[in-house]
Amino acid sequence: MQVQMTVNDQPVTREIEPRLLLVHFLRDELGLTGTHWGCDTSNCGVCVVSMDGVPVKSCTVLAAMADGRTVRTVEGLERDGELDPVQQGFMNEHGLQCGFCTPGMMITARALLDESPDPTPAEIREAISGQLCRCTGYENIVRAIRWAATHPRPAAAETSEAVSS
Amino acid sequence: MTATEAREEATVGFGRRIRKEDARFLRGRGLYIDDVKLPGMLYGAVLRSPHAHARIVSIDTSAAEAHPKVKAVITGALLESLKLAWIPSLSHDVVAVLATDKVRFQGQEVAFVVAEDRYAARDALALIDVDYDVLPAVVDATKALDPDTPVIRDDIDGKTDNHIFDWEAGDAAATDAAFEQADVVVTQDVLYPRVHPAPLETCGAVADMDKVTGKLTIWCNTQAPHAHRTLYAIVAGLPEQKIRVISPDIGGGFGNKVGIYPGYVLAVVGSIVTGKPVKWVEDRAENLMSTSFARDYHMRGEIAATRDGRILGVRVNVLADHGAFNNTAQPTKFPAGFFHVFTGSYDYPAAHCTVKGVYTNKAPGGVAYACSFRVTEAVYLVERIVDCLADELDMDPAELRMKNLLRPEQFPYLSPTGWEYDSGDYPKTLRTAMDLAGYPELRAEQAEKRARGELMGIGVSFFTETVGAGPRKHMDILGLGMADGAEVRIHPTGKAVVRLSVQTQGQGHETTFAQIVSEVTGIPSDDIEVVHGDTDNTPFGLGTYGSRSTPVSGAAVAVAARRVVDKAKIIAGAMLEASPDDLEWNRGTFSIKGDPAVTKTIQEVALAAHGPLELPEGVEGHLDAQCVYDPPNLTYPYGAYIAVVDVDAGTGVVKVRRFIAVDDCGPRINPMIVEGQIHGGLADGIGMALMEVIAFDEDGNCLGGSFMDYQLPTALECPSWELGETVTPSPHHPLGAKGVGESATVGSPAAVVNAVMDALKPFGVRHVDMPLTSAQVWRAMHGRPFRTDLAITD
Repeated sequence: MQVQMTVNDQPVTREIEPRLLLVHFLRDELGLTGTHWGCDTSNCGVCVVSMDGVPVKSCTVLAAMADGRTVRTVEGLERDGELDPVQQGFMNEHGLQCGFCTPGMMITARALLDESPDPTPAEIREAISGQLCRCTGYENIVRAIRWAATHPRPAAAETSEAVSS
Repeated sequence: MTATEAREEATVGFGRRIRKEDARFLRGRGLYIDDVKLPGMLYGAVLRSPHAHARIVSIDTSAAEAHPKVKAVITGALLESLKLAWIPSLSHDVVAVLATDKVRFQGQEVAFVVAEDRYAARDALALIDVDYDVLPAVVDATKALDPDTPVIRDDIDGKTDNHIFDWEAGDAAATDAAFEQADVVVTQDVLYPRVHPAPLETCGAVADMDKVTGKLTIWCNTQAPHAHRTLYAIVAGLPEQKIRVISPDIGGGFGNKVGIYPGYVLAVVGSIVTGKPVKWVEDRAENLMSTSFARDYHMRGEIAATRDGRILGVRVNVLADHGAFNNTAQPTKFPAGFFHVFTGSYDYPAAHCTVKGVYTNKAPGGVAYACSFRVTEAVYLVERIVDCLADELDMDPAELRMKNLLRPEQFPYLSPTGWEYDSGDYPKTLRTAMDLAGYPELRAEQAEKRARGELMGIGVSFFTETVGAGPRKHMDILGLGMADGAEVRIHPTGKAVVRLSVQTQGQGHETTFAQIVSEVTGIPSDDIEVVHGDTDNTPFGLGTYGSRSTPVSGAAVAVAARRVVDKAKIIAGAMLEASPDDLEWNRGTFSIKGDPAVTKTIQEVALAAHGPLELPEGVEGHLDAQCVYDPPNLTYPYGAYIAVVDVDAGTGVVKVRRFIAVDDCGPRINPMIVEGQIHGGLADGIGMALMEVIAFDEDGNCLGGSFMDYQLPTALECPSWELGETVTPSPHHPLGAKGVGESATVGSPAAVVNAVMDALKPFGVRHVDMPLTSAQVWRAMHGRPFRTDLAITD
């Protein structure tokens, strides 16, 4: 079957098997290997991408279900060569170690901040509670997202999925 | 001051420094094993046994072979013809690559399919027909040696039981004597159940055999690339120079990625058979059910003391469940690893332990999960029985510890089981933790809450680790001594490259090791490139596990960098027409003593070393050095942890409200990275204490084979960690550094369990086994705790 979608602002069209998972579509068909795969059962969240501005676990979304949608992955967080404040926050606050959960965590963080620009640490913990990190003990991820909340991108450059879709 | 308070970046040497590796990880540009894609690459999948114990009657692969996208189907019979059906384990046993006679645990490898894509490979697995004759499974380790128990390892000639080894340490007679003098003896059975490191990236490999050059390249997310290369050479009979192991970015290891798994060997065989590169990456169920588990120690601890709380001796008996093959990765002389460091952080004269290893119908393994070679089990046991003793004596557990801790003047301290602890000021560290926690206030709060019927608990643990193995004369794995090499090379323009034997799995080696070279040479960290994870481009060494990167490889780098400075001094002398003895070294710059205006920087010396300058007799050009570091002793990081929990009296749900961790790992190369590693280990402790277990039902079905069943802590289970530090350098390490990667994983479970037991005191509960799920806690409150390693049957 054929699917069409917008991935990181680029239109893509591909012929696929109907059973192909979105995570494999992104990784194997489009070569966007920043989105990872970790558990098959929607527990770990290393595969989280944004679909129409909403974080989804791409290991339990068929590529066919993304037909006609707008998808953003970690590769699409950076704008015009400038890191998203979430990326900068993760760097400044040491919010990552092995880096495997990081793309999914940052996509969720971006969606949280789009929805709620000044979340409390408790709200951040709730937002990322569907995702696992085995390295950081979460503390620095919370701090990283707080950093991003206090250093928003200048309004002129704001092009979040929630606004554009 | 903690890293989070000190925000200034250290451009030269030690200090907080944002990590080099982050730039690619944050952009999705890491290269993990499943990101490796070679031209013409095929995909492998493993057919696994649904049974824990069964004889294989027949395997029919014809339908799978007929699948249009399948390129090869490999069975144990084919491997037998290649003499690869069995490979040596890490502990002088053998491991089946593909089962030939029997399957011995659920999830064991039975056949391997190579196909054009990953979905087709999985499809073809369903087309393989295996006829099994199911046998009774040995699940309960405590019954593995009963006379009527089935023999799992009938592949071993003359084997008539499930016994693996007996081992002991310490002085039995002296310990008996100590117990005879005691006013009080407390005995407690303690289970450290089977858990799994569960890195978020599973294990995998891409094997590429080039039949023209004869070179085999194995991409594999291994923590020990050099050890892997040598073992492949030995096992497969391939010439070692024709094997290249490349370990790319690793999505967490925690010990899970030390050993050689059957899937890696199968990818190699698949590449040889098909002539194409073959990728094999396991799924989560395969990871949890078949790769290296951790712990599974059934322990009995006995502690003897005087009535006023002076510990006199400890006696320990352990039954170690090693699964179907003895594949625990311990140094050869230490079948129970460093478990005999169980005497802990306390001053008493007598101790003795016995450890008995047994086979069961469970996955093999046993080193994994940040355990520092079984120190985790040892620390958990001693910290639990010290708390049991405090309960018996009706003493405050912190006071009992303070009374028995080793004193600073006792270091170096020779323990009753033969370990030489290098340095420490234990009372200072415990006091620091108690001050941070506000210990008396917490006890007062607890008293008030108890009076109201609320369940609050305060748990203390104090741990001493033994990390940084070797020395090589005492420690080897399959004959490979535990020493590591490093090379430091300064380029003509004064920039540098350092090559390491060890491999990062998230610890930030690219940053930390550059900082070590920077600290010694004065070259800015940003000017130093770290090369690792490629056996063709790095010196030999045993790899990253047991917290050994900084203690061993970090020392190798420091020594090599000092040798570079020594050579630079001679060259600077030639440049300045002065004797090297007349030069002074201020990090990065040589000057003539008494004439500080006349200088040569390390960068100027580097250029001169590559130029036409006439060098003194016997001095070669260029500026580089290497070192193979053989540690004179282990290092002994330690710490004091305090957990504060609230238990819901109605449901048994435990909430960790606060966690205070004071670690002493010597000087911190990059405090930001050290604190991050401690955070991660503390989360591990909450996971193991409250959530994680791999149990088995009576048929040997694995009950922890997915993340729906194997529960890991999320941000909601973890509090905001409260850290402190003390700094006691190791006297024998060139940087004084002790290593920290596993400290928090080792020390924290006991603090959490001690806190929950403290909360449950009103119920007369002294000990319940981990994990302290709400079910276990609720049942403990009602006098019905269960064995967490087995299915609940009542």
